[in-house]
Amino acid sequence: MKKLRLHPCGNYKERYDEELTIFETDFGRVSMLIGLVILFVVIPWISSSYLLYVINHIGIFAIAAVGLNLLIGFTGQISLGHGAFFGVGGYTAAILSTKLGFPFPLSLLSAGIMTAAVGLVFGLPSARLKHLYLTIATLAGQFIIQFIFVQWESLTGGLQGIILSRASLFGLSLKSDFAFFYIVFISLVVMLWIAKNLLRTRYGRAFVAIRDNDRAAEGMGIPIFHYKLLAFAISSFYAGFAGALWTHYLASITPDPFTLFLSVEFIAMIIIGGLGSLTGSVFGAIFITSLNEILSLASEYFMNLPALAGVALTIAPLREFIFGLAIVLFIIFEPRGLAEVWRIIRASFRLWPFSY
Amino acid sequence: MDFFLQLLIQGLSVGFLYALAALGFVMIFKSSSVLNFAHGDLLAIGAFLFLVLAAWAKIPFLIAFFLTLIGCFVLGFIIERLFLRPLIGEALIMVIMLTVGLAAMFKGLLLFIFGGNLFAYPTFLPEDISVRIGNINIAPVYVASFVISIIFLLLFGLFFKYSSQGIYMRSVADNQTAALSLGVHVRRVFALSWAIAALVCAMSGIILGIISGVNVHSISIIGLKVFPVVILGGLESIGGAIIGGIIIGVLETFTGGYISTSLREVVPYIILVFILLVKPYGLFGLVEIERV
Repeated sequence: MKKLRLHPCGNYKERYDEELTIFETDFGRVSMLIGLVILFVVIPWISSSYLLYVINHIGIFAIAAVGLNLLIGFTGQISLGHGAFFGVGGYTAAILSTKLGFPFPLSLLSAGIMTAAVGLVFGLPSARLKHLYLTIATLAGQFIIQFIFVQWESLTGGLQGIILSRASLFGLSLKSDFAFFYIVFISLVVMLWIAKNLLRTRYGRAFVAIRDNDRAAEGMGIPIFHYKLLAFAISSFYAGFAGALWTHYLASITPDPFTLFLSVEFIAMIIIGGLGSLTGSVFGAIFITSLNEILSLASEYFMNLPALAGVALTIAPLREFIFGLAIVLFIIFEPRGLAEVWRIIRASFRLWPFSY
Repeated sequence: MDFFLQLLIQGLSVGFLYALAALGFVMIFKSSSVLNFAHGDLLAIGAFLFLVLAAWAKIPFLIAFFLTLIGCFVLGFIIERLFLRPLIGEALIMVIMLTVGLAAMFKGLLLFIFGGNLFAYPTFLPEDISVRIGNINIAPVYVASFVISIIFLLLFGLFFKYSSQGIYMRSVADNQTAALSLGVHVRRVFALSWAIAALVCAMSGIILGIISGVNVHSISIIGLKVFPVVILGGLESIGGAIIGGIIIGVLETFTGGYISTSLREVVPYIILVFILLVKPYGLFGLVEIERV
């Protein structure tokens, strides 16, 4: 058996592809395996149904956040339309499975592909525009898509939305949070795996080159426009896939959630988690979703105390305030987000007792 | 024909509102090339401050107006000092994200304090400054706001063109590093430009409030309409903002009148995408030739 490499005491890399490995030591590989086992074997069994509901939401939003991070964090193109793309995925899945009877997995994939196509359309301005202008173009995309959700009643059901029948996979009904947990987190792990490996290929390196200096990237022979469009498409695919999962999970869809605020929430996730870090996107999704749940629990709690019912009503707008505050504080004090905090914690453990 | 004229007048007045709202935005962009997503909320802060002073504290109108302007000037300083100053030299993406965060913060705060209700100012404008053209009556509010904004426009035009501070601002917007190396006090310029922009926002916010009432949601929606307006007019051009605002307003009301009311809200954004694809620097914007 191969000897496990746990703690190298120096930099022993001899070839370039050693630099590119995901796990520098077997310690990382082992701890990831342990983490996966805990995720798939322990967590679903010990969590209550409510907790599972929250965890499933975290998983779904994490997929979308990973997509947005590929676009903003790795390619450097700001998009304010991610919430709408999330909705496009949701609607595509809902329409395909109610009107055309698509099976569950196929509807997820086609929702992703459809959203990627829509994302391409709104990425087209990036042919001529740079970040400022592109951001505004995606803002317009957000409003136009939202408008279509409400107005194209024959297809989207207008304000009433669409009600789906419960998803099933291989004849098994996915009614419970428990069953859906596995769907969500297997998808998340696969999507993370794809993203991680994508970033090690020429595509990923081209994205990072465009982010760091687009003129230099062009000079190195990277066709910038193609890669920007590709980044848009991939990021929208993630958003659409996540949106489709979400719609199947809730078994209904209305245009209400897919506002600019949802886009801001996604941006908050990746900034708080860490721009340009895949684990960061997951951290951000955990942070924002938990924050959301805590705030809604708090307002519910106050609502039940008659003396404080007034306080409960005022908490709702505070949610927006706290989100904004979180974004601002992270940008000012820890621009690299929770991923950086996590790295520092790990490093100080590894270097103990000589951590600084 | 009557319907057409009516729509035209309505469109012009809506467009005028947009133009006013766009002024402060262009100010910030011109001097620090920051896209301010918190713009609508700055407008709302101005409008609410005036509401508190004029309607609730019953301070005389003119004093309340100037107090609001001073308050927002200070607020602009504080915003720059607390939030923007630490980001000097950081990537533009961070600054844009920061204004997105600020927007959420301010909006939440305003909703927390005032709720989502519609408030109105007491009437204070004399009736006799209304203007009649043919048989169309133009309300005093529009006349007053027209006069105020013409004065502001002239002042700022001169300020940017001739005063040393205005020239510093333009130099900083053009190239921060170069301006710094030539001895421009970049921090002071930033602080001043945010303060002035907040002041302009307060003025526009008050006028918006007089015309259509004070409501957090509707004012922040107008704050987002600023984007199509400034893109059409050209991001750096104050005159472009006015013309862009009027064009967008007229197109919007005509769509509402002739095609469908539901399309009305989204038409500015459709125009926006179209302009971005065809003429991204707008009608009067500075064309930077950079092929990437």
